[in-house]
Order: sequence, then C-alpha cells, then structure tokens
Amino acid sequence: MIIAQRKPLEEIKNMLSGYKNILVAGCRTCVTICWAGGEKEVGILSSQLKLASSGERNGLSILEATVERQCEKEMVIDELGDKVPEVEAILSMGCGAGVQTVADIFEGKPVFPALNTTFVGMPEKEGAWVEMCGACGDCFLDRSGGICPVVRCAKGLLNGPCGGTRRGGKCEIDPEKECAWVLIYRRLEKQGRLDLMRKYYEPKNYRAVKRPGRVKAATA
Amino acid sequence: MNREDNKIVAFCCEHSAYQAANKAGRTRLYYPDNVRIIRVPCAGRVDVQHILKAFEKGAAGVLVMGCQEGACQHLTGSTRAKERVKYAESLLKEVGIDGGEVRMVNLAPDMAQRFIREVKEMAEKIEGR
Repeated sequence: MIIAQRKPLEEIKNMLSGYKNILVAGCRTCVTICWAGGEKEVGILSSQLKLASSGERNGLSILEATVERQCEKEMVIDELGDKVPEVEAILSMGCGAGVQTVADIFEGKPVFPALNTTFVGMPEKEGAWVEMCGACGDCFLDRSGGICPVVRCAKGLLNGPCGGTRRGGKCEIDPEKECAWVLIYRRLEKQGRLDLMRKYYEPKNYRAVKRPGRVKAATA
Repeated sequence: MNREDNKIVAFCCEHSAYQAANKAGRTRLYYPDNVRIIRVPCAGRVDVQHILKAFEKGAAGVLVMGCQEGACQHLTGSTRAKERVKYAESLLKEVGIDGGEVRMVNLAPDMAQRFIREVKEMAEKIEGR
C-alpha cells in the first residue's frame, strides 16, 4: 500500500492562508491504514485547524468528508460533489494520486496536499511502516527470494552484499536496518536456491517505466 | 461554551474516577463548579478526537480520569488513555495550547479527596494563565 505522512501543521496553515471555507477530504484506503489521512485524521486535523484559527477574527469554517478511494473519480464525485460548491478550497488528505484526482475533477477550486506521499510499503509493527517496493517497473524479486534489493538495500545493489555489512547482518549505513543481501542469502539458503547468488546480474533498466507511467489491462 | 468560562471537561471512568466524584458529592465535599463530568465506560474509550473536540468547543482544560495502572477493568484502558493523552498534548502544542491543559489522572473509586485535588489544581492552573 501507499505510505504517507502528514505535513507539519505550520506548512498546512501557510497553504490555506487567505481561505476561510475549506473542505478537508480524507481517503479510506492506504492512508487510513498508515494513520495519515483517514476519517480520524481528518477529524484531528480539522480540530487543530479550528483551534489554531480560533483567535482570529473570522475563524476557519471546515467541512469534513472521507472518500472510499480518493484515486477513483466516481467515488470522489459521489462523496465530495455536493460539498465542494460550498467551499473556497480543498485540503486533500489522500496520497499524491488522490490529490490529483480531486484536482482534476474540481478544476475550479484550489486543491492542497496535507500529506507527503513517501513510498510503497507494508506495516512492520504497530504504527511503523517499511518501504518494500520502488515501483521500478522491472521486478527483480524472482532472483532475490522475494526481497527487493532495489529499495531494501541502502545502495540498491543487484549483486550484493557490499563490503560494509556489519556483524549480525546489519547495514553499514544504518545499523538499525538489516542488510537486504544477508536476508536474501538466508532466504535463498532455506529454499535451496543459493546458486542464484553466484550469478552476475547486469545493470537493471531503471527507465522501464516511462514517465508518466501508463498501464492498460490486457483485455481492455 | 466560551474559553473565558474556564470550563474543565473531566472524562471519568465509571469504575473509578466517576465513583470518586460521586463519593465527593455524596459526602458534600466542595469542588470547583466549572468542571463538567462526562461518564465513560473506561478511560480507554476516550479518543484523541474527544479531547480535541472539547477544546474546540471551548473547554479550557481536559482531565482524563481512569483507574490506577494495573487495576483497569478492561486491562489496558488506563495505559491506552495515558498514551492518547500524550499524543493529544503534542497535537495541542502545535496549535499553541501548551500549558498542561490536558492531563491524565489515575484514581481508585474511593479517592474522593484526590479527585477534588486534581480538579482544583486544574482550575487554579487555568485561572492563573
């Protein structure tokens, strides 16, 4: 899923300066799971913005809404369609795709991002997420036991490990992190596929996805 | 409710703090009249949003009052509440409410005097701002 983090309140306040009626729009999919932009976070941010503006002469007027999936036009129109005409600006708590979907639909209104979209990842433990995929468009996982060296190795090495692996299989750049290539070795060892470690892999095509990426389903 | 009224919202666990407040009332002990007690089934029911909403609606202080740690009827309610109060403090700090206006208190059901002391302390803190 897509992992995001909320921007500092000060930055959000600066974006919204000059606007008095705003809609705070959350998303019930990825950013809900990573505690960044779900219904609850919409409530918290709205309360904070109201409290921050309570000393001003005309405080903020805030509408709240949460879309099932902010990156799907139909869902955005269904949930936000009747609320947007009442506001001057929209503060989206979706990922980058969500913000742009909302901005595409409501072209006449400024749409501001409340989150920084950071990576594609999975939950590591409660309240912590870790990057798992760099969306490079040329998947290497078949050769690395299902562990991606492109994002989980600090250097993105395809023929690892580097010479800096610490005792205990930790990364030389961040001793808190596991060396991806130690993990790959152990995984391949369990699977009896260590021969893959002896192969040399040529530099990967990092331009497999031409920006902006576009994919069509085979049947479409 | 205006912030000027110096209202205090006290979320009280019905197994402990609410009993303590009840005892204070039954024994005719005085405590500040600007406190609004909200009975909750457990301090762990109190969410960050409830705390923020109280301030948004004009409360000047919020007390989250639950069982003593280890004595929670629902095992982890008081511990969860403590963490949430800490998180609420950090959120309130971002908007400039940063003088101990939100506080977690752990009480036993018979601690009427302690309940009164905590409410009084909060009332004095708010008045002294």
